[in-house]
Amino acid sequence: MYRPVRNAPRISALITAIGVSFLLENLGLVLFTGRPKAFIRPELLSGVHTFGNVRVLDLHIWTAILTLLIFLSLYVVIYRTNTGRSMRCIAYDMETTKLMGVDVDRIIAVTFAVGSAVAAAGGIMWAMRYPQINPLMGILPGLKAFVAAVLGGIGNVGGAMVGGLLLGLLEILLVAARPDMAGYRDAIAFGILIFILLFRPTGLMGDRLPD
Amino acid sequence: MKAKNIFLALAGLAVAAALVVFILPKKEADIVEIGVFLPMTGGVASYGQMGWAGIKTANKLEPTVLGKKVELILVDEKSDKIEAANAVSRLIKKEKVVALIGTSTSGNTMAGAAIAEEAKVPVVSPTATDPRVTQNRKYIFRVCFIDPFQGVVAAKYAYENLKARKAALLMDQAQDYCVDLANFFKQEFISLGGVITASTFCQSGDQDFTAQLSSIAATKPDILYMPNYYTEDALVCKQAAELGLKIPILSADGAHAPELISIGGNAVEGFTFTGHFAKDGATTELAKKYIQAYEATYKTEASGFDALGADAYFVLIDAIRRAKSLEGPKIRDALASTKDFPGVSGVMSIGEDGNARKGMVLLQVKNGKFTYLTTINP
Repeated sequence: MYRPVRNAPRISALITAIGVSFLLENLGLVLFTGRPKAFIRPELLSGVHTFGNVRVLDLHIWTAILTLLIFLSLYVVIYRTNTGRSMRCIAYDMETTKLMGVDVDRIIAVTFAVGSAVAAAGGIMWAMRYPQINPLMGILPGLKAFVAAVLGGIGNVGGAMVGGLLLGLLEILLVAARPDMAGYRDAIAFGILIFILLFRPTGLMGDRLPD
Repeated sequence: MKAKNIFLALAGLAVAAALVVFILPKKEADIVEIGVFLPMTGGVASYGQMGWAGIKTANKLEPTVLGKKVELILVDEKSDKIEAANAVSRLIKKEKVVALIGTSTSGNTMAGAAIAEEAKVPVVSPTATDPRVTQNRKYIFRVCFIDPFQGVVAAKYAYENLKARKAALLMDQAQDYCVDLANFFKQEFISLGGVITASTFCQSGDQDFTAQLSSIAATKPDILYMPNYYTEDALVCKQAAELGLKIPILSADGAHAPELISIGGNAVEGFTFTGHFAKDGATTELAKKYIQAYEATYKTEASGFDALGADAYFVLIDAIRRAKSLEGPKIRDALASTKDFPGVSGVMSIGEDGNARKGMVLLQVKNGKFTYLTTINP
């Protein structure tokens, strides 16, 4: 799908991605209807632990552990393997990478596979936390993930994770501290996006300008 | 090559033009077209799909009026205010319908109301309960009760039956219905002698309510009143159970969808709400006929949103019959003089203000089912 736009400007690739996501979401609406469906959470993960005033679900602990594991393996794949090195090279300069004898098509396919797998893991963990699914459930989390990635610095795996944590903490603390301001939660997230793009376009941890 | 492409394009245009000329203007004289705008997708898709099923069932039971066949034209308003306004203007300007049925939620009905009002096309909403929906409008009607009644009943139930003295509120601030209804509850609860310990807000589509619930739990209320829509309701109940917040939760007609139970599971046991219709509380002859037809087709139990969809249809058809005309102003006058109409959800009268006067039911989730508690008449 992306092959024709691979050599086009980045903006065309981005717009293509948005177009495809709309196509898939609306196809989902046609196939599965817009009514939310329940998502079964395994009994194994439903336990609750109480530490003083704090209640923690087994699910929360497992989500954190799993996220950390996924993060570590992603880090290893990107920074410690040949495939990962090729990915980073392609992001830097596709033409030169081709000249070095790297099978660009294969690497790009692998990148997409890894990305989709990580997104699927995220989606499953999200659905277990908020046990209902519908075809449009990914829109807002997707946008927030984008904000988190920009906040941390595009092209930086650790940055994206730190950005996500920061954004999540900011949102939840705002709602907890000022319940009457809860409606501004999303506004804050996207306000941060604008702010970062204006004053620190490389993100908190980014070192080079994304183009 | 180029010439061939141009020829093909011209041929395509010619075919399209032929279609427009020969097919579109073919409007038969013996058909009455009624526009339906409902949320078939989006956050409250269940309301729209249940409502549509109810309207279709009603149409099957009463397929003709004034000797003409009734044809329904459905447009999806996607649970979105802007789409609702677009749907209304499309149905009126393009499809030229004689009257409209829609929509499930108050905010979206209001979004379409101005257009219908200007075009003098009557609208009958099945379940828009916010009082502002029909205020200062001549062509907007509804077959449901209004929220001040709902808020008062819930507050009395909380204060008298549950002996609650401290209540917390959680409302969806993107919905006029939720905020207004929470305020009606608040006024009544305070005038009865109760206190509101916390007023918290969420937003349609939110999935995480732990922050709001934690701040509610800190104020130690006796009950939580949250007149929101079913998706939010189910998730709030689940998260309240996970946080160990064990107080009765009260809600309103927006909770009445099977998803509340399929998503909420054990967490919604004991969940009580004010609603439009309960199968076991049905009394009229029409209700019996309707329940039979609905359950034969859809293999699920008839409930609030489909019954009200059917009522909107029956009331509108009754008005057209009494008006003996398909003109907007005449149908409007007939609607405004609906008296003691025996609908599916009970006997109702509609006045010049566009509001229905009728009873309300109290429902509770017991053993994974909606159970009828009682009927309250105004």
